[in-house]
Amino acid sequence: MRKPLEGVLVLEFCQFLAGPSAGLKLADLGARVIKIERPVKGDACRQLAIKNLFVDEDSLLFHTINRNKESYAADLKNPEDLEMLRKLIAKADVMTHNFRPGVMEKIGLDYRSVESINPKIIYATVTGYGKEGPWAAKPGQDLLVQSVSGLTHLSGSSEDGPVPFGLSVTDIMCGNHLTQGIIAALIKRAKTNKSVLIEVSLLESALDIQFEVLTTYLNDGGQLPQRSKVAGSAHPYLSAPYGTYQTKDGYLALAMGNLIKISKLIGCDISDFYTNADSSFENRDELLLLLGETFKTNTNVHWLSVLEPADIWCAAVLNYKEAVELEVFKNQQIKQQLDLGNGRTIDTTRSPIRIDGNKLYAAKAAPKIGADNKKINNEFDLK
Amino acid sequence: MKALEDYLVVDFSQFLSGPSASLRLADMGARVIKIERSGVGDICRTLYTSNVIMNGESSVFHAINRNKESFEVDLKNEEDCKMVRELLKKADVMIHNFRPGVMERLGFDYVTVQQLNNNIIYAELSGYGTDGAGKGKPGQDLLLQSVTGLTWLSGNAGGPVAMGLSIVDMLAGSHLAQGILACLFRKATSGEGAFVQVSMIESAYDFQFETITTFMNDGGALPERTAQNNANAYLGAPYGIYKTGNGFIALAMGSIPVLAGLLGCKAMEHYTDPAEAFDKRDEIKAILADHLQTGSTEKWLAILEPADIWCSDVLNWKQLMEHEGFKALNMIQEVEMTDGYRYQTTRCPIRIDGELLVSSKGSPKLGQDNERIISQFVTVKSSVHE
Repeated sequence: MRKPLEGVLVLEFCQFLAGPSAGLKLADLGARVIKIERPVKGDACRQLAIKNLFVDEDSLLFHTINRNKESYAADLKNPEDLEMLRKLIAKADVMTHNFRPGVMEKIGLDYRSVESINPKIIYATVTGYGKEGPWAAKPGQDLLVQSVSGLTHLSGSSEDGPVPFGLSVTDIMCGNHLTQGIIAALIKRAKTNKSVLIEVSLLESALDIQFEVLTTYLNDGGQLPQRSKVAGSAHPYLSAPYGTYQTKDGYLALAMGNLIKISKLIGCDISDFYTNADSSFENRDELLLLLGETFKTNTNVHWLSVLEPADIWCAAVLNYKEAVELEVFKNQQIKQQLDLGNGRTIDTTRSPIRIDGNKLYAAKAAPKIGADNKKINNEFDLK
Repeated sequence: MKALEDYLVVDFSQFLSGPSASLRLADMGARVIKIERSGVGDICRTLYTSNVIMNGESSVFHAINRNKESFEVDLKNEEDCKMVRELLKKADVMIHNFRPGVMERLGFDYVTVQQLNNNIIYAELSGYGTDGAGKGKPGQDLLLQSVTGLTWLSGNAGGPVAMGLSIVDMLAGSHLAQGILACLFRKATSGEGAFVQVSMIESAYDFQFETITTFMNDGGALPERTAQNNANAYLGAPYGIYKTGNGFIALAMGSIPVLAGLLGCKAMEHYTDPAEAFDKRDEIKAILADHLQTGSTEKWLAILEPADIWCSDVLNWKQLMEHEGFKALNMIQEVEMTDGYRYQTTRCPIRIDGELLVSSKGSPKLGQDNERIISQFVTVKSSVHE
């Protein structure tokens, strides 16, 4: 199989997660991705560790996001380095950056300048909040973007106050949107033979993932989302039984389903609170609590054996230990190993996209800073 | 010129995952035709959230299916199938999210469709993959969140907390759109067709690639959320959202002694070892949470922002939409259905060549485009639709 983006050369000036996660998606789809990093320090993510986990001098986090890429060290303030970069840009198909508005203009690698070096470049930028308005200079950080976007009023219970999503969802979705934009630009360029500018921001991505519920809000007279008071409720706009429930030995998730059928199956009398179809939303709190009382009386295995054969949408709530032991995790071969050399490896996940029946694997570990300077200098005749 | 102008996408998918991918393609310029079951259509039409009904259909259907056409057919009727096959011969992309086996039964599986149109991009979205253990299980968002460990990352320590919207559906749709786009690029350069597959479970694991990689290389230690003010199980204090005297404030990174000084919080001053920000995060967060309630959000922001501490007010949608920062994005667009019904929704989050990808076309009524599609694409006409 020819990977779909084979032959595409991407220069990644991005740091942290949003931009580099797009670079990773493009690399897995077949593009050649070269990180442009400042000498010595490189991508700041190299030092950003979670749980203090490092692989040699770089964080495990950096390794996770930057596998399957090359690294070219260059000082954007050094005229000689900049001259070499210009030569490299002239040969590239795509360049990405997430500098704050104004930085690339100062360096002389803004879109207009780059277009004059390479009139067929795809120039893609990530910002926090767009280029205009009072937020343009605010730090584009995931938790802060979640906080202004309204996203924190959707999870958890109404007793909790704002509850953010517990991972960098705006970075990741923005990276996905950047990937889409870049590939769409490649298609456009195939027709026009001209450069294309792609712009995404964390905030627009945070709003896009709320497009369903925002559309509801915009057309229901502006009623703010009302989460249930009950712990385990899982969606402010969905009625009982939607949520997770404690059982004797764990937790069970129940998606949308017929309440009468479910209550009969588990032996729970809901007649006080369920009188017609509207009750499942109107009496959501009471119903969630009532079902919860029954679920507490027996085990996950028991409830699944009652509900699954009746085609009720349910599942056990698993932790990572259990999730990576799942049969489907193993037989879909979601794990892949990165080769660090000397027999050392890192376990990580693979691309979620299959092309022509093939899973997309890449054993190439993240590069050290400037690991590929020599090769790239020779190959593109930069020096 | 829009990037995907002149591309034809035939979309058999329902609910959110597949249709969110075709919405993206539509906004990028493709013509998207929904293939909908006669009499009923996409089940999402009647999948109401909080009982909101707009022009007879659910608000989510209107959000997901604007900028598309509707072709109402009965795939169990051979005449109708013939028309769909005619349409597929002209299509660049076909999408479906039926459970494994359904398209084989209907005669629209990859092998069969490829014989009709050798260079079509056939895109398939499933819950748990099309082979192996989970095959055929319902691909439902909350259940996928639950089985992949996602519910142990949000909220405070205690029971599972789901993310309060259909995030896995959206991720899978987003990945499907990427796969389709990548193959459209390959097709534009080589003419080749493609088979693109995405599953919700793989998308859910991919979403957690940072934390699962950490888990797999950390001796299998499970993520631990903080007792209060949790925002990320893997980050130290102050990372979280805190109650203030009159609202809330979000604090991202920041050195604890520096924060202690700026906020005038003596009790926090002695956490001078940077490792303590993680190791003693429950303790620190408890002190910080008490202290921040002694002042207003505005007071704290006025101290922290000039000192370059990453912090923010916490807004609801009403406050957000009144803010100049939101207005500057032009994120809302109004669309209109063929019967004149208008509604507001958000636009595509990507800008291409400085332009917003907007479209005034609302969601389609079931079968509203049959006549036009038949006259344009179908040479063998069905008696049912003449």
